Amino acid sequence: MIEIVSPGPYATVQDLGRPGYAHLGVPRSGAADAPSLCLANRLVGNPESAAGIELTFGGAVLRFGDSAWIALTGAPCPVEADRRPAGMCAPVWVPQGVTLRVGAPREGLRTYVAVRGGIAVEPVLDSRSTDSLSGLGPPALRAGTVLPVGDAEQQTAIRVDSAVQSPFSSCPSVRLVLGPRADWFATDAAGALAAGPYEVATETNRVGVRLRGTTLERAREGEIPSEGMPLGAVQVPPDGRPIVFLADHPTTGGYPVIGVVAARDVPVVAQLRPGDRLWFRPVPGRGVRT
Amino acid sequence: MTIRRAGEHALLVETGSTAVAHRLDALLRADRPEHVEDIVPGQETVLVVAPDADQERLESRLAGLLASAEAAGSQEAGTPVGTVEIPVVYDGADLESVAALTGLGVDEVIALHAGSEFVVGWLGFAPGFAYLLGLDPRLHVPRLDAPRTSVPPGSVAIAGPYSAVYPSASPGGWRLLGRTDLRVWDVAADPPAKLPPGTRVRFVP
Repeated sequence: MIEIVSPGPYATVQDLGRPGYAHLGVPRSGAADAPSLCLANRLVGNPESAAGIELTFGGAVLRFGDSAWIALTGAPCPVEADRRPAGMCAPVWVPQGVTLRVGAPREGLRTYVAVRGGIAVEPVLDSRSTDSLSGLGPPALRAGTVLPVGDAEQQTAIRVDSAVQSPFSSCPSVRLVLGPRADWFATDAAGALAAGPYEVATETNRVGVRLRGTTLERAREGEIPSEGMPLGAVQVPPDGRPIVFLADHPTTGGYPVIGVVAARDVPVVAQLRPGDRLWFRPVPGRGVRT
Repeated sequence: MTIRRAGEHALLVETGSTAVAHRLDALLRADRPEHVEDIVPGQETVLVVAPDADQERLESRLAGLLASAEAAGSQEAGTPVGTVEIPVVYDGADLESVAALTGLGVDEVIALHAGSEFVVGWLGFAPGFAYLLGLDPRLHVPRLDAPRTSVPPGSVAIAGPYSAVYPSASPGGWRLLGRTDLRVWDVAADPPAKLPPGTRVRFVP
């Protein structure tokens, strides 16, 4: 088991979430930067879908009640196991009783800790993820939380010494597939979106990233009859300031979606911190069939 | 009718009505195309999420199914998922304010709510929170100016053209008419939601 001595600013258990229940109002949830969780799991021989810990702004202290193989990925943090430096993106052997200290990330926002065997809290609707919007899954981690670790006997052997993670940018270019409701905006809205960078606002969490920048002018007033929202949707409330939906986004909504962030760029957005900026690169939504 | 791209991994089918959305939802669930992960009915749409599917192929498949769903639309009933009767104790904190807003008596408010034939349009806001369509127009009232910080689970409420049963404790701005002991949301049940899209609902005093 792992005892949370301190969770840092915000930490949760995450796996790949609860797809398949959106029609019942259940958010997808799961790791905000899913590829980083998958990488951490592969490094310790877990299935990619095993549950790990998602740290926000690092800062966690974890005590290992049993020895374990672990790996940290995502936002790179200084890591110490009983005062000995440990690396990111590599399997690390943690003997029983050792305390792991994760500092603040140099760049990026979310760091993942995978443990060989996976975090074995009780699943809810097929997932161990904390859903910060609906409250499904285990509560966010607190000082004193004890996390069980699953049986590692079925896991594959650890075959990799270290992995290379793609570099982080505090001002990335993010592809945006226009639609499904781009026609609700003024004709030059796509141009306005791409004209300058947007800044990540402080009101940013696992549900969505609020952006500050050029406000997007509507061509139509009112709300859309409630419709399903995909991951990465860029929803525009009446104030014209876009919000990018992340893992815990609501399943349906009534504000028009001007575009959807390309799947490979959603984790990039999930790693942006308040104050970081992003450039949207709109690409047309092909194949509108009438 | 239009099928719109909603990013690289999803298509949004515009159905023009809730009934056609429910029929398309039923057709998709009965014969689920390959790689479809989520099928999310909205008021006049169905969002189909399929990250690993060939989006072009899925789109032609959806166009065919949409045509069938529309053709069936000429017949009245469609394919209801089922009917659920919800027992209600009408003692809600907002009965009086709803009566005042509508110019009706409390008894009339109750009679109109219990006399409405509802159908679940779609879910959202919270797991198991079903937007019930079919509220008598005389009961259409605005939300509270200031939402309550906590509404108990089982609260039966109305707002605008909708009614709903709060599935779990949550903040809420809808006007409370009463409460039910029926659990509309239970993560241990299969399915966890008692009121999936298309379900017909009657409230029984």
